[in-house]
Amino acid sequence: MKLHEYQSKGLFARYGIPIPKGQVATTATEVRTIAKELGGWVVVKSQVLVGGRGKAGGIRLAKSPQEAEELAAQILSMEIKGLPVRKVLVDEAANIKSEIYLGITNDRAARKPVIMASAAGGIDIEEVARTSPEKIVKVHVDPLLGLKEYQARDIALGIEMPRELWRTFTQITFGLWRAYLECDATLAEINPLVITEDNRLVALDGKMVLDDNALFRHPDLAELRDLDAEVPSEIEARKYGLSFIKLDGNIGCMVNGAGLAMTTMDIIKLFGGEPANFLDIGGGAGSDKVAAALRIILTDPNVKAVLFNIFGGITRCDEVARGILTALAEVKPVVPMVIRLVGTNAEEGRQLLAQANMITAETLADAARKAVAAVSQATGGFPA
Amino acid sequence: MSILVNKNTRLLVQGITGNEGLFHTQQMVAFGTHVVAGVTPGKGGEWVLGNIPVFDSVKVAVNATGANTCVSFVPARFAADSIYEAADAGVPLIVCITEGIPVQDMMRVRNYLDQKGVRLVGPNCPGLLTPGEAKVGIIPGNIAIPGNIGVVSRSGTLTYEVLYALKMVGKGVSTCVGIGGDPINGTNFIDCLEMFNADPDTEKVVLIGEIGGTDEEKAAEYIAKYMKKPVVSFIAGQTAPPGKRMGHAGAIVEGGSGLAADKIKALNAAGVSVAAHPEEIPSLL
Repeated sequence: MKLHEYQSKGLFARYGIPIPKGQVATTATEVRTIAKELGGWVVVKSQVLVGGRGKAGGIRLAKSPQEAEELAAQILSMEIKGLPVRKVLVDEAANIKSEIYLGITNDRAARKPVIMASAAGGIDIEEVARTSPEKIVKVHVDPLLGLKEYQARDIALGIEMPRELWRTFTQITFGLWRAYLECDATLAEINPLVITEDNRLVALDGKMVLDDNALFRHPDLAELRDLDAEVPSEIEARKYGLSFIKLDGNIGCMVNGAGLAMTTMDIIKLFGGEPANFLDIGGGAGSDKVAAALRIILTDPNVKAVLFNIFGGITRCDEVARGILTALAEVKPVVPMVIRLVGTNAEEGRQLLAQANMITAETLADAARKAVAAVSQATGGFPA
Repeated sequence: MSILVNKNTRLLVQGITGNEGLFHTQQMVAFGTHVVAGVTPGKGGEWVLGNIPVFDSVKVAVNATGANTCVSFVPARFAADSIYEAADAGVPLIVCITEGIPVQDMMRVRNYLDQKGVRLVGPNCPGLLTPGEAKVGIIPGNIAIPGNIGVVSRSGTLTYEVLYALKMVGKGVSTCVGIGGDPINGTNFIDCLEMFNADPDTEKVVLIGEIGGTDEEKAAEYIAKYMKKPVVSFIAGQTAPPGKRMGHAGAIVEGGSGLAADKIKALNAAGVSVAAHPEEIPSLL
């Protein structure tokens, strides 16, 4: 789950990281008031969950409350990469001497958190990593020991931080480490961390991504989720614990298991069709979950056929069959449906569905071919 | 022969009294696995399926029954704790089926187990199956027959698909290992390739990967250098949109890394035949 800049910086402040004075606003008049309180020179920053806000004109410097109001009015009427700007952060402007990157993320390959820092801050760190990786200092943290003070100093040395700022920098690094740890973040990033003309360190911009699997430990953080950045059907799916991703094709897919769900998409494409979604009903899905999944698939008007591919393991095919029957009674779909049931309790499942008027398939390839054929028939021979 | 689990496996089930734990204990027993104990804190003294004793702690259960392998069905929020408990009780092989364990928990677990020299399979995995000998986890027992093909996979049901396709053409399996779909797990591809390489009864290997991370690329490097047996592969997620987590916590293309195309290229370069879809695998073996 991605957090907005203002949410991330709010968390940083809790962990003792210095952030600019600022406030969030939803209207241009509010922005004027805030700018006045902050002394006039402010930065108006759109709060949307995509990168490249600056390039899109979503971050602007204002020299007076009047200008701040005007710029805010523009920004609040913008869409950035398809997302409407509903909030702006108004921060006091800083006099910047230099910009640093400081971030913590999970290094999959090393199986450890890694702290990355660079004196080339303020720009896209992935770009720096590609073009000049030598400019990035990396320190891995032992997850059982936690961050050690010498490691923070090593980072300061590595990015040639002026000596008089080491102490503050170490405090900031530890603050960011605690934010990463205590919020179960997969990314906690300050970019840029600036050294101001008067030699202070300030986190001008921040970003946090939280581990969805750990949100049960953080009900307060779970509430920060911005539903604007998500597709409605994906929000609905999450309520039922379904893993659903909407795609652009016309063959709806209901599969158990993520690997098999991806494979089902791949094979539909291989046989000339286009999947309408990724959907993993998960292990051990009960009939209510299956019914919800089918309703979600069928709300997509593009869907011209549905392919069920269930390989029972922890999921029992009879439970899935019951869910399908429940949903069919309720939704009464008109599109053709192809079903393949194999594995745990498959025979019971097949018997339950014998009267349901579905196209049955034995193999995955057979199921995909039949679904593609059903769509092509439904669309008069014009697939997709 | 086989790897990791066999007829000498003495299995302890953590979370044995839960819905899934109980259902799959039944299935494992029906398959012929020696399930010697179960653990559910607070339910010690009860019995499951008539003759499997339930204990309050893994340590007590291991002392009483000589269990040498644990399988955990414990819910995600308590799963890391269940792995520590099994490791501290001296169990050398722990299989964790549970999906949804926080990734920071898994980083701590993995680093702890490495220090103790304990092997973990999973989490977020279907477990292991040695046809004719033992099943530890949730792989349906009737979809594979004994044979000489080793299978290792990041996926669950996709693995069943492959086992089933092999069975349909009469090809059997030495051991199937589901290593799980999480970004941080225990046993990885290379560990399994090493074991299959050393197992005299494994003649060929099927490696099933998916998008996310670079473990398939590393496996390809290992295969090119050390593998003495032919390897056939399938990689899921060729049509997955970038930046989206495809169900498995670890299945995501990030910053241009983890693409199916790159994995297929690396495997091909290492002499591995990569199937266009899972049912094509048997014909490539």
